[in-house]
Amino acid sequence: MSEDDPVAAFRVEAAELLDSVEAALLDLAGDSTNTGLVDEVFRGLHTLKGSGAMFGFEALARFTHHCETAFDRVRKGHAEASQALIGVVLSARDHMQALIDVGTQGDPMLEMAGEAILSSLEKAVANSEGMAIPRAMPTERKGWHISFKLPPGSMANGTNPLPLLDELRGLGDCLITPRLDEVPPLASLVPTECYIYWDIVIEGDVTCEDIEDVFIFVIDDMDLAITPLIEEPESDEPVEVLPVATVLAAPQPVAKAAPPAQESVRVAAERLDELMNRVGELVIAQSRLAQLAASVGPVNELTLRAVSEDIERLSAELRDTTMAMRMMPVGNLFGRFRRLVHDLARETGKTIELVTHGEATEVDKTVIERLADPMIHLIRNSCDHGLETADDRVASGKSATGRLTLSARQAGGEVLIAITDDGRGIDRERVRAKAEAQGLIQPGAILGDGELFQMIFHPGFSTAAAITNLSGRGVGMDVVKRSIESLRGTIDIASTPGMGTTMTLHLPLTLAIIECMLVRVGEGRYAIPLSVVEECIELPAAEVTSTARRNFLDVRGELVPYLRLRDTFGTDYPADLFQKVVIVGQGRGRVGLVVDQIIGNTQTVIKSLSRFHAGQGSFSGATILGDGNVALILDVGNLIVAAQKNQRLLGERAGEVA
Amino acid sequence: MSIPERVLTFALDGEIFAIDAQAVREILEVPAITRVPGAPGFASGLINVRGAIVPLTDLAVAFGMAHADHGEDTRVIVIEAEVEGEPTTIGLVADKVLDVAAMEGVPVEEAPPVGMRWRADFIRAIARPQGQFVILPDLELIFAESLATATRQERAA
Repeated sequence: MSEDDPVAAFRVEAAELLDSVEAALLDLAGDSTNTGLVDEVFRGLHTLKGSGAMFGFEALARFTHHCETAFDRVRKGHAEASQALIGVVLSARDHMQALIDVGTQGDPMLEMAGEAILSSLEKAVANSEGMAIPRAMPTERKGWHISFKLPPGSMANGTNPLPLLDELRGLGDCLITPRLDEVPPLASLVPTECYIYWDIVIEGDVTCEDIEDVFIFVIDDMDLAITPLIEEPESDEPVEVLPVATVLAAPQPVAKAAPPAQESVRVAAERLDELMNRVGELVIAQSRLAQLAASVGPVNELTLRAVSEDIERLSAELRDTTMAMRMMPVGNLFGRFRRLVHDLARETGKTIELVTHGEATEVDKTVIERLADPMIHLIRNSCDHGLETADDRVASGKSATGRLTLSARQAGGEVLIAITDDGRGIDRERVRAKAEAQGLIQPGAILGDGELFQMIFHPGFSTAAAITNLSGRGVGMDVVKRSIESLRGTIDIASTPGMGTTMTLHLPLTLAIIECMLVRVGEGRYAIPLSVVEECIELPAAEVTSTARRNFLDVRGELVPYLRLRDTFGTDYPADLFQKVVIVGQGRGRVGLVVDQIIGNTQTVIKSLSRFHAGQGSFSGATILGDGNVALILDVGNLIVAAQKNQRLLGERAGEVA
Repeated sequence: MSIPERVLTFALDGEIFAIDAQAVREILEVPAITRVPGAPGFASGLINVRGAIVPLTDLAVAFGMAHADHGEDTRVIVIEAEVEGEPTTIGLVADKVLDVAAMEGVPVEEAPPVGMRWRADFIRAIARPQGQFVILPDLELIFAESLATATRQERAA
């Protein structure tokens, strides 16, 4: 770890601290008397200040110091955690982020912005003083005060104080203070000596023996003093103890410097163990295979098959284990939106309550990362356009507080993420009028709600003009739709006038590997995602010869339009005598795809298409088959749309003829 | 007009083409090609290059040349190129791969705007080693143009 860039490690730590401060602040906004949360904010700011100064982020340390002082007043009961104060500290938190991003050099522009925040901070604190609620201090403290010093030469003998400190931390909550006063000037410093000694306050149910056990290997010649903590009287300045925590950050980054945030995933240790076991088994299987390959004479077919089966089982298990490691709970994603909703509520002057369900639902890491932007847009839309102002809500007999619900659940191979508001709902007539004006639909055409609402995803279909007079911001809904589609997902909209709107994102569990049905059309082989396949039937003999006049199949009384993929793909390879129909469905659409042959099911690793073929529409990707050939993966959603359009065209043409 | 130091030369419909040898990753015998239905003729197929799916392009289509059937000498040149700012691996069909040659001291001319069967802007330069006639195609423009055509077709459809 020591060779890692310490500044990068600090940034990671700072990002985590800022996140926890933000979460605590937002919780505090709803529960301003919770002293635990006040402490959490204070601790976060405190540690940030300390480690910031240590890594040369002077501006950050100076700025954070003021916020910390403000929260110290709240802690001591001199001031109240008012909404105004929380708001200011939230913007201060963003400023700290900016200071960290700028680096140690500092930026005069930022300093000025910081001044402005600090002056509003002062005001907020001054206003909330006197309204303070006396807070109850913790009365019971159980624990020990430890001070220890390693004997000279112990580092050279292989004693490392950091694991000792880690072990102490494992026993209970620790405040670790390194004493630096014996550190000599640089010129006379011997790098192999440890000049630092430590004062540690450990809280919790720990016995003296436990602590001595930690030092078992060095206890003989070291200075170690263990004294029980004395209960501190209430009025005493507990701050006396707390600044100690500042320095706590000092040894920490060295001990547990995390790798840069963007490239790291937290994985449960047991999942890693599982992976390791599989890899071990795979190595054994491979060596058996190598032995077989190297053996002289004919290979025993049964042995070969056994090895092959083993490897098949192992690779399937490896795949599952590896996939499981990429899964992350959507709670991480939802957490990011709390701040967004908080800010939106302030911007729009509405009161908005954010409710989340199903945070434990797991989704592939890549999906989560790429979901953030489209979801921000949808949430903005809901808050801006969907939810009414408090007055309007009361006037229409609803509670003044608007409610935004984010929920996630798993359904088969899909994850459904719903964004629900209880606002005014989408104005059908305006959407229809707009769509007709833009020539997207025929005037008077009969459309279902779902189909009509899909219009708002059309490029250039300004949602702002269509639904409210508020200005739209940032990306358009067409970009949202495209980014969801690039994740192989879909969006459904349901809306009830006056009751609210629900946008449901249907997303695949994972992006990398899917089960596919392999079919043959002409001489080409294609893969259809198994999750959309409903059934397979034989093309009725009567349909085989019929011209493309009436492409409907009667499937148990229901009419299903079908596409002859032979025509779609323009193949002139002789058709099979008995063609099959694969009935696929996605959302409301159901369509039959006529193929020459159904080859079977297969696991496919999806590879995206290059720019040359990405715009092709009929295909969502490609995969490599067992024999090394490339097979295209059908984009069923697009094919259904194409089939429906085709059908409408045919219908219109038939109308003209008649 | 920047001319690469070393080029790979190959034959296509009786003409000699040269591309920057730096961009070439490998040269393969023609593998199994998967046709992409509806794709433009210039990039009509996909090949598997050691686990990666690579679009196969045909400069003969871009230059409106006779499309020769794949023969014994036909090869696929795998190159790395930027397509709309994205680094992309692309296969190029060549009737025959000829040589890797240094361009130092070779006379190079701009493509004459008239007097050619091909679009002049697709040709970056014409080199004349020992009186031969070697075309340096502007691959970036050709790729960009082919994407634009594909998008237009899609819009029309």
